[in-house]
Amino acid sequence: MYEASRAHVPDKPDCTEEESRHMTKGFIYSIAAASLVLAGSAVAAPVAPDDVKFVDMTVAESLTGQPGDPKAGRETFANRKKGNCLACHANSEMSEQLFHGEVGPTLDGVADRWTPEQLRAIVVNSKQVLGEQTIMPGFYTMHVGDRVAEKFVGKTILTAQEVEDVVAYLTTLKEQ
Amino acid sequence: MAKIMKINVLSAALFGAGMTAVVMTAPAFAEEGVKLVIDGEELTTEVAPQEGNPLDPVRSGWTFRSEETQALETDDFENPGFPLVDYGEELWNTADGSTGKSCASCHGDASESMKGVRASMPKWNKEKNTLFTLEDYINLSREEHQGAKPWKWESQEMLGMTAYIGLQSRGMPVNVSIDGPAKEWFEKGKKMYYTRYGQLDLACAQCHEDNQGTMIRADHLSQGQINGFPTYRFKWSGLGSIHRRFKGCMDNIRAEPFKRGSDEFTALELYVAWRGQGLSVETPAVRN
Ligand code: HEC
Ligand code: HEC
Ligand code: HEC
Repeated sequence: MYEASRAHVPDKPDCTEEESRHMTKGFIYSIAAASLVLAGSAVAAPVAPDDVKFVDMTVAESLTGQPGDPKAGRETFANRKKGNCLACHANSEMSEQLFHGEVGPTLDGVADRWTPEQLRAIVVNSKQVLGEQTIMPGFYTMHVGDRVAEKFVGKTILTAQEVEDVVAYLTTLKEQ
Repeated sequence: MAKIMKINVLSAALFGAGMTAVVMTAPAFAEEGVKLVIDGEELTTEVAPQEGNPLDPVRSGWTFRSEETQALETDDFENPGFPLVDYGEELWNTADGSTGKSCASCHGDASESMKGVRASMPKWNKEKNTLFTLEDYINLSREEHQGAKPWKWESQEMLGMTAYIGLQSRGMPVNVSIDGPAKEWFEKGKKMYYTRYGQLDLACAQCHEDNQGTMIRADHLSQGQINGFPTYRFKWSGLGSIHRRFKGCMDNIRAEPFKRGSDEFTALELYVAWRGQGLSVETPAVRN
C-alpha cells in the first residue's frame, strides 16, 4: 500500500533558524555518542545496523556484547528525541508521565508476551516482526523513508547501546 | 489569554524540535456530533465522501480538537486569527505598486469578487499552464496587474490576505477540480500522500488515515484536512499557511521537507484539498 522505502540523498535543506539551532543540538548529541563509543572501546564495536541478523523474528545476541541498563532504558523510552515510545504506547509503569499515546498497544506486561530476543528484534526493526505496514519506526535500521533530513542521513534513531538499554527495560514490564 | 497559554503548553509533536513539554492538564475532548456554528451560521464539519475518497466520513480538524480550542473558532471576537484578517482587509484597500492601485480598485468588494475563490484552490491557470495556489494568484496580481513586489509565502501580508480572501468563502463547500491537466498533479499528490518519508519512515496516510481519532501522545490525530487555512495555531502563536503545516509534519518525521510554493507541495495541496471535498471552508480556523 505504501511506497517502498529507499534511502535518498536529500536536496539542499531550506534551513530555518529554528532548525539550525536544532541541528547544532543534534550535532552535539552525535559527538557525545561518539565519545561514549570511544570510552567503551575496550569492548568490540557494536553490530552495524545492516549486519544485524534476524532469525525467526528474533535477534539473539546483544548488539554491543554488553547487557543493557534498564534504568537508562527507561529514560531513553520516555525521551522525546530518543525512543519517544510514549507517543504511541501507554505504559502504566511510567504513570508519572502525562499523556500516553494509543496508536499502538499498551506495553503493560509486554515481557510476558515476547522474549527478550523478540523484543530486541521489534526495537531494532519493527517491520521484521510486526509487518511491512507497521507505523512503528525501526530504531536501529538503515531501512528508512525517502528524503531523510540531512542531519539524520546515515544515522539510526537509537544507538546500539540505547537499543540494549530499552530492551532491558522492556523485559522488566511483567504482569505475571 | 491565560486560556490560550494553557492549551499552548499541550501541543506536543512527534520527535518535534525544541520540545519544552511541561504538561499541566489533560485536554477535555469535545463530544462527538457537536456542531460548529459561527455567527448563527452552521458549518459542515462532517460529510459523506465523494467517489474514490477513502475517508468515511470526511471530518474537519475542528471535530478532533478540545472543547476550549473549538470554542475559540465559534466567535470571531475571540478567534485569535482575526487581527491578521483585519490587516488583510486594510491591505485590500491600500494603493500599492507602479499602478498606484489597490486590490479594491480592480476587484471591488471582496465579499462579492472573492466569494468562492478559496473553496476552489488550488486550480489550473490556463494562461500560465500550471496549477496555482491562492498565494500564486495573489502574487500574480501584484506583479502583473498592480505592478508591486510579490509577497513572501509566509509573510504577515500574504497570511493576512489569504485569510481575508479565505474568509469570503467561509461556510462554502471545498470544491476543487481535478479534471483536465490538474489530474496529473492530483496523481502526483496522491502518490506523495502514501509515500513513506524520513528517518521515521512514515506516510501522511499512516497517521491521518489509518490512525485518525487516536491519541499520539497529547495530540488527537485528525484527518489532516486543510479547509481552515491559513490556520491560527497556538504553537505558532499566529496564522500559518498550508505549506507550513506540511513542512511541520515532514520535519516531525525527520524528513527533508519540500519548499513552500514548490510544485510538490502544490500537488500535495490539491490532493489533500480533494480529500476534504464538501467540508465548509473554515478560514481562519483555530488549532493547537
Ligand atoms: C509511531 C508509533 C509508534 C512508536 C513511536 C513506537 N511504537 Fe511500538 N508499536 C506501534 C504499533 C502500532 C504497534 C502494534 C503493531 C502494529 O500495529 O504494527 C507496536 C508494537 C510494539 C510492540 C509489540 C507490543 C505487543 O504487545 O504486541 C513493542 C514491544 C513495541 N511496540 C515497543 C516500542 C518501543 C520500545 C518504542 C520506543 C523505542 C515504540 N514501540 C515506539 C507503534 C509505535
Ligand atoms: C490592475 C488591476 C488589478 C489589481 C490592482 C489587482 N488585481 Fe487581482 N486580478 C486582476 C485580474 C485582471 C485578474 C484575472 C486574470 C488573472 O488571473 O491574471 C485577477 C485575478 C486575481 C485573483 C484570482 C481570482 C480567481 O477567481 O481566480 C486573485 C485571488 C486576485 N486577483 C487577488 C488580488 C489581490 C489580493 C490584489 C491586491 C494585492 C489584486 N488582486 C490586485 C486584476 C487586478
Ligand atoms: C507521525 C504522524 C504524522 C504524519 C506521518 C503526518 N502528520 Fe500531519 N499531523 C500530525 C499531528 C499529530 C497533527 C496535529 C493533530 C491533527 O490535526 O492531526 C497533524 C496535523 C496536520 C494538519 C493540520 C490539520 C488541521 O486540522 O489543521 C495537516 C494539514 C497535516 N497534518 C498534513 C499532513 C501531511 C500532508 C502529511 C504527509 C506529508 C502529514 N500530515 C504527516 C501527525 C502526522
